[in-house]
Amino acid sequence: METIPYFPGCTCKADALPFEVSAKAVMRELDIEMREWERWTCCGTVYSMTTDDLIHQLGPARNLIRVQEEGSDRVVTICSMCYSTLKLSAMMFDADEEKLQKLNDFLYDEVDYEGGIRVMHILELLRDDVGFEAVKERVVRPLEGLRVAPYYGCTLVRPTEAGIDDREEPRVMHDLLEALGAEVVDSPFKVECCGSYETVDRPEMVAEKCHRILSDAIKRGADLVVTSCPLCEFNLDDRQDVISSIAPRFPGIPVLYFTSLMAIAFDLPEEEWGLESATVDPLPVLQEKVLAPKDEGGG
Amino acid sequence: MPRIGVFVCHCGLNIAATVDIAKVIDRVSQHPAVAHAEDYIFMCSDPGQLLVQGKIQELGLDGLVMANCSPTLHERTFRNAAALVGLNPYLVEIANIREAVSWPHMKEPERATEKAIEIILATVEKVRQNTELHTIKVPVTHSVMIIGGGVAGIQAALDCADAGLEVHLVERTSSIGGMMASLSETFPTLDCPQCILTPKMTQAGKHPNIRIHAYSEIEEVSGFVGNFQAKVRHKATYIDWSKCTGCGVCMTVCPTKKIPSEYNHGMANRTAAYIPFPQAVPNRAVIDDKNCLWLLKGKCGICAKKCPAEAIHYEDNTEIEELEIGAIIVATGMEVLPVEHFGEYGLGKIPDVVTGIQFERLLAPSGPTAGKVQRPSDGTEPKEIAFLQCIGSRDPANYKPYCSKVCCMYTGKQAMLYKHAVHDGQAFVFYIDIRSDGKGYEEFIQRAMEEEKVLYIRGKVSKVFEDEGKIVVWGTDTLTGKWIELRVDMVVLATAAVASSGVNELASKLRITTDEHGWLKEAHLKLQPVETLTAGIYLAGAAQFVKDISDTVAQASGAAAKAIALLSKDHLERVPIIACVDQDLCVGCGYCETFCAYGAIAVDPVTGKAEVNEGLCEGCGGCAAHCPSGAATLTNYGKKQVFDMITTFTNGQVVQ
Ligand SMILES: Cc1cc2nc3c(=O)[nH]c(=O)nc-3n(C[C@H](O)[C@H](O)[C@H](O)COP(=O)(O)OP(=O)(O)OC[C@H]3O[C@@H](n4cnc5c(N)ncnc54)[C@H](O)[C@@H]3O)c2cc1C
Ligand code: SF4
Ligand code: SF4
Repeated sequence: METIPYFPGCTCKADALPFEVSAKAVMRELDIEMREWERWTCCGTVYSMTTDDLIHQLGPARNLIRVQEEGSDRVVTICSMCYSTLKLSAMMFDADEEKLQKLNDFLYDEVDYEGGIRVMHILELLRDDVGFEAVKERVVRPLEGLRVAPYYGCTLVRPTEAGIDDREEPRVMHDLLEALGAEVVDSPFKVECCGSYETVDRPEMVAEKCHRILSDAIKRGADLVVTSCPLCEFNLDDRQDVISSIAPRFPGIPVLYFTSLMAIAFDLPEEEWGLESATVDPLPVLQEKVLAPKDEGGG
Repeated sequence: MPRIGVFVCHCGLNIAATVDIAKVIDRVSQHPAVAHAEDYIFMCSDPGQLLVQGKIQELGLDGLVMANCSPTLHERTFRNAAALVGLNPYLVEIANIREAVSWPHMKEPERATEKAIEIILATVEKVRQNTELHTIKVPVTHSVMIIGGGVAGIQAALDCADAGLEVHLVERTSSIGGMMASLSETFPTLDCPQCILTPKMTQAGKHPNIRIHAYSEIEEVSGFVGNFQAKVRHKATYIDWSKCTGCGVCMTVCPTKKIPSEYNHGMANRTAAYIPFPQAVPNRAVIDDKNCLWLLKGKCGICAKKCPAEAIHYEDNTEIEELEIGAIIVATGMEVLPVEHFGEYGLGKIPDVVTGIQFERLLAPSGPTAGKVQRPSDGTEPKEIAFLQCIGSRDPANYKPYCSKVCCMYTGKQAMLYKHAVHDGQAFVFYIDIRSDGKGYEEFIQRAMEEEKVLYIRGKVSKVFEDEGKIVVWGTDTLTGKWIELRVDMVVLATAAVASSGVNELASKLRITTDEHGWLKEAHLKLQPVETLTAGIYLAGAAQFVKDISDTVAQASGAAAKAIALLSKDHLERVPIIACVDQDLCVGCGYCETFCAYGAIAVDPVTGKAEVNEGLCEGCGGCAAHCPSGAATLTNYGKKQVFDMITTFTNGQVVQ
C-alpha cells in the first residue's frame, strides 16, 4: 500500500467529515493510504488568494513545510478550496526565489522550505496515478441507470494555471462516473458559481444561483448531483430549503460527494458511504436505481 | 608611410557640445600616419562629402577615418564618396564618436574628448593595416521558388513569371487557392472567389513560366542567395497525373465517403479518392492513404477499375525533386483556431456553434448547402444567429494577445450575407470594438448596421451552451451595463487567426525565424516588411501576419518585385569582408566547420585544408575566433590589426 500525505482542512473535520470517511475508504481500496500528519494548520482559505503579499501565504507555507518533513514531494487534498490555496502557494514559491528566501528568513524557527512539492487534488490522483481503468476494475456494483450530474464549481479548475482540468469544460468527474457505470448528465452549469461564501450573509442570492444550477441538472434528467467541494455541497444541498421558499415548486435533488458513489460502487460497508452530510435524502433514488437487487432476467 | 585623412564631424551640436573638437584635431594630427585632420559641422552633407573628396585628391590620401555617428548610418555614404574619387571603399572606416562617446558621456566632456581621441587613433591603426577589397560576384539562378499557393503565392508567381523568371510554386494540398478559395464572397465589395480568384488560378496553371508542384512540401533547402538548392517532396498521390483527366469518376465510385473535407472546413465530407473542389488547379485527383480501403486493407480497388484514363495504380509514387533556385518567397498563410479550443463555447460539442471559416462554407453558393443557410445539426434554417468576435484574439491571459485583424470585417460581411439569404432572420454581433480601417471598410460596416439591420452589441460573451434545441448565449452589453441572455439557433465564432501548422519546421529549414506565435519574421517591421534576415528569402501574405486580401496581394507583389530586382542581374555582389584561411597555417582540424552557423567553411578532403565558400560566408568571424592555429581570419580584421587597436586603447601606444 502506497502512503501519501493528506491535508484534511477544517471543513472535512466538521461538516464534511463524511466526505473524508468515504474518500479514505475508497483510496484504501485502491491501495493508497491517505495519511494525515499531526500539526496541520489552516490552508489559508480565501485570505491567501486575495492578496499578492507574503504574509497571507504563511498558512499554506507552513503546511508545505510539514509535507517536506514527512519526506514526501506530494500532498493530496479532498477539498477543492484547500487544493487551490496550497497549489497556488506552492506554485508561487517555485516561481519566485526571492519570495521563497524571504519566507525562510521570516520562518526562522522552521526548517527551510525547499520548494518542489506537488499539490494534488484527489481527483487528479485518481485520474493520473490510479487511472480510471483501475477504478473500473474495482467496481462490483456498477451504477447502471443512475443519472448523475457532476458539478465542479470554481477552485478545482480556476485559475487556469492551477486548475486540474479545462476551466470551462472539465471532464474528470465525467470520466470517473463513467468508470463507475453511471450515466453522466452534462450540464452547462457545471462550472457556474454556486455563490460561495456569500452564503453567510446573502443566503437568498446563493439560493437563486443554486436554483439555476440544480434546475438545469433536473431538467436534463439527473437523479443526483455530485461535487468535490464542501462549500459547494453546503450551498447546493443545505440551501435547498431556501430555494423551496423562493420557488415552491422546486422538486429538490440530492447532492453527494463523488466519493460516496465510489464507495457504493465498490460495495463498501454502509458506514463508509459518507451519506450523513446529505440534507436531501439520497437513499430513495439510490434504493430505486442501484441498491435494490437487479432483476436478472427472471433468475 | 601611409597618408591617412581624419575627418571629425560636429553633427551640429550632437558631438561638438561635448567633445572638444579642436583638441581632437590637434592630438590626432600628431600621429605619424595621419597626413591630414579636419572638422566640419555636417560631414554627411553634400559640402561635407565634397570636402572629403577634395582632400583625397589634393593630398593623395590612401585611407580615411571618419569620426562621426554609427557606421549603420553613414558608412556606406562615405565609402561611396571615396570610391567616386578612386579610393578603395574598404580603406574607409568609421570611428563612432556620437553613440559611443558624446551621447553617453554628455556630462563628462573631458573624458569624452579623451575617449574620442582613443577611438580615432585605434581606427587609424586599423585603416593603416586594411587592404583594398573588391566586392565578390556570385552568379545567380534565374528562378524563384514560392512556398504556399494561396492568393499571395499565386500573385507573386504571376508577377515573377511575367517578368520572365522561372517559377516553382510549391503547395502542400492538391490544389492552389488557399483560404480564399473557401470564402463565400469577399468584403468590402462582395465579389466571389470564383469571379476573382479562379481566373488567377487558371492563369497560374497555364503560364509557360510557372510550374505548380501541388501536393508537395519542402524537404530541404541549402545554398545561399542566388544559388539555393531545394529538395521538393512530391507526396504520393497513387494516381498518375500525366494520365488523370480530372473527370472525377473515382470520387463518385469511392465507397469511403465520411472524411471531413478540408476545403469545406469540416462542413461536408469527401471521399478517399478526391479532387478538393471543382475549380481545383491542377484539376487532378489524389488518393488519401490514411483512408483508402485498398491502401489500408487491400480491399475495394473500385476506382482503379472505373477510372476511364487508367490512371490509378496504388503505387507509392513519392518523388523527391531537386531544384536550382535564385530566390524564395514564403507565402504559407494562416489558419484559424478550431472551436475545440474553447471550453466556454462548448469545446466543439455543439454542432451549431461553428467558426467563421466554416460559416463561409454554409454561405457559399459553391458550398455543401448551395448557399442555403442551414444548421449543421438538423438542416433547419436558423432564424437567429449570434456572431461572436475576438474569440481567442486580444486575450493575452488565455489565448492570443493580438488582434486577428480580418474578423471584424468578415463578421460584418457574414451577418450581411446571412440577411440576404434569410430575410426575416436576425443577426446579432458581439464585439469589443469595430476595426474597419481599410478603404471602403467603415462604410461597409455601416451598411450592415443601418441597411441590413444587424444588431451590434458591445460586449463579450462569457458562455454558450445548448438548451432544448436552442443555443443560449450569455453576455453583457457594456454600453448599457445590462446582462444579456439570448436564445439563438446558431453561433458563429470569429476565432483567432494563427500561423500555418508546420511553419516552424519550414522556417528552420530555410534558416529564417518566426515570432513567439509562429508568424514569420520580417527584417524590419516598418522598413523591410517583405525581406527576411536571410538574403534572398522574402515573405508574402498572411504568413507574416494576418492580412486581408488587398494587403496580401500588395505584399505579394512587393515580394515579387524584390525577387525580380535581385535576379535582374547575372551576378550578385556581396560585401567582401569574409573569412579567409591561410593555407600555410591550416592543419585541417575542422574546428571551424563545427562553429560556422552558415555552413560556409569546410575542410577540403583532397587538400586537407579548410576553405571558405564566398557565397555563404556572412563574415561573422566565428571561425577566426575559434581557429587554434590562427589560420582562419576575417579580411581587414586580422589578429594583429585587432591587437594593435586594443593596444592603442590600453596605453596609447602600438606594441610592435
Ligand atoms: C473566415 C474568414 C473570412 C475571410 N473573408 C475575407 C474577405 O471577405 N475579404 C478579404 O479581403 N479577406 C478575407 N479573409 C482573409 C483572407 O482569407 C486572407 O487574406 C488570405 O487567405 C491570405 O492569403 P495567403 O495566400 O497569404 O494565405 P492562405 O490563403 O492561408 O494560403 C496559404 C497556402 O499555403 C499553403 N501552405 C501552408 N503551409 C505550407 C507548407 N509548409 N508548404 C507548402 N504549402 C503550404 C496552404 O495549403 C495554403 O494553400 C478571410 C479570412 C477568414 C479566416
Ligand atoms: S483518377 Fe481517373 S477517375 Fe479520378 S479524376 Fe483522374 S481520370 Fe478521373
Ligand atoms: S479583427 Fe475585430 S474581431 Fe478580430 S480580433 Fe481584431 S478586433 Fe477582434
